[in-house]
Amino acid sequence: MIRKMIDRDQVLHVATLARLKLTDEELERMAGELSGILEHVDRISELDLEGVEPTSHVIALENVLRPDNPRPSWSRDEMLERAPDPASGAFRVPSPQA
Amino acid sequence: MSAELIELTVAEAAERIRSGELAADEYFDAYREAAAGDSLNALLWRAENGAEADLEGTRAAQEEIDPERPLAGIPVAVKDIFCTEGVPTTAGSRILEGYRPPYTATAVRGLRRAGARVLAKANMDEFAMGSSNENSGYGPALNPWDSGRVPGGSSGGSAAAVAGRLAPCAIGTDTGGSIRQPAALCGIVGMKPTYGAVSRYGMIAFASSLDQCGPLTRNVTDAALLLRAMEGRDPCDSTSVGIDGGIDLPSREDLKGLSFGVPRELSSEAEGIESGVREVFERTVGLIEQLGGEVSETELRHAPHGISAYYVLAPAEASANLARFDGVRYGLRVEADELTGMYERTRAQGFGPEVKRRIMLGTYALSSGYYEAYYGRAQRVRTKIAEDFSKAFERFDFVVTPTSPTVAFELGAKTDDPLAMYLNDYCTVPMPLAGIPAISIPAGVAPPDGGGPDLPVGFQVAGRAFSDSGILDVAHALERAIDFRPDRNGGPA
Repeated sequence: MIRKMIDRDQVLHVATLARLKLTDEELERMAGELSGILEHVDRISELDLEGVEPTSHVIALENVLRPDNPRPSWSRDEMLERAPDPASGAFRVPSPQA
Repeated sequence: MSAELIELTVAEAAERIRSGELAADEYFDAYREAAAGDSLNALLWRAENGAEADLEGTRAAQEEIDPERPLAGIPVAVKDIFCTEGVPTTAGSRILEGYRPPYTATAVRGLRRAGARVLAKANMDEFAMGSSNENSGYGPALNPWDSGRVPGGSSGGSAAAVAGRLAPCAIGTDTGGSIRQPAALCGIVGMKPTYGAVSRYGMIAFASSLDQCGPLTRNVTDAALLLRAMEGRDPCDSTSVGIDGGIDLPSREDLKGLSFGVPRELSSEAEGIESGVREVFERTVGLIEQLGGEVSETELRHAPHGISAYYVLAPAEASANLARFDGVRYGLRVEADELTGMYERTRAQGFGPEVKRRIMLGTYALSSGYYEAYYGRAQRVRTKIAEDFSKAFERFDFVVTPTSPTVAFELGAKTDDPLAMYLNDYCTVPMPLAGIPAISIPAGVAPPDGGGPDLPVGFQVAGRAFSDSGILDVAHALERAIDFRPDRNGGPA
């Protein structure tokens, strides 16, 4: 069922999804390392998990409501203070098209 | 004078400061001096002279301060994953180099309200991903018992600072063992509270369903004092619930009437546990019986699959959490002539190899066609692990295991083998997967397999969700019986 190995092309595809630019050397190394880790992880494919509910949160929580009162938020200037390229009261980024 | 001050426990120092016998500034300065001489690379930022001015943002307003000031004047080393207003906060990553947050984490504010002061920000594995501190973007912290060895991770700087007498206490975060394992490797106390006990607000997120803040201290009472100041429901973290009735200071001296399960999967049947670690563990189990506790073997059938589940779930959550580091709003930006190129280059340059590996692993596990095989199954294994614990807690009050399969290993020993590094977490990942609290206390020393110096060994006590006061109490009784003295065992004096 589960593919045992992840090859270089798959690594490249995943790197694109993750917005990571990997060097050729990183791509090669990552293919080997991820395959090794996934091989270990694949041991869970042997378990019978039929009908077992997935856990996404471990502690029982009750919904908590609060009055919807207006309150001050961060000022725009303060939030822009740490930005690499603030401009005209906004975060400036390069064009999505080259 | 300052050598004597450094020997005081947190409880003793706070008492002297409250009674006026000791000046808070004198005590803080003694530690400022100690921290300034940090030869372990344990600290990434230290309070300078006039630290209070630097720390304007982390200071509690006068009216907020607890009149009893349980942590009066206590300097704390804070893992660099906690946001501290106006003070550099990097999470051990180059992508946040120079970042100064606009606000302070709730856990740190809790300590400040109790009277504590921020002494330093502690080194860590980048974004808390690692078990040796070698994944820090700022170089590894070193183990004060042997500077050629790792302090453990990811809260390695916090553990090294406390064990190395650079700070009287510290806080860290534990996702799969990141407080307990470094505490074990450095010969100190480290506790991961129940999930939800302490707010995660202002704690830079790694794996949100597992991350929990906790104390690293020289003794169990000090750990209780810190946790008491930090736990509580926080409107800024909807998963925080606090601990009903708060944290009691531990007082137990025996273990009569309490039952302890030893899961064979995490002890006798576990592979890779060093013989010295095994010996110290068995000796400590013997001490439990001497103190009147009842001990029997039990099982946690799915615990051996904890590593597999953890290394799917944690990277999957991390891959989503770390999407925010994109060069737009804060942190590093590497320019490119189009947007995607800017993202890709910024992240390529800003993240270290382990963080990239985890983002890749998590993205793969969540990608179309693999989601159910990896993420879905791992979530179901998580359910089974939690059920195993529930079953064990029907019969036993507590479960005990070694904390780490090995004593502190040499720098570089596992950096080329990510899987070998992950297996360090074998005994510590099942607890966060189940959300339950666990503490590691120093139980003795042992040489590594293959020979070497005597190094600290940790003993782990886990309990039901919200039994945090209970495990502190058990740890307190055991601590008295073990009477661990680093200075008499070749450790830092």
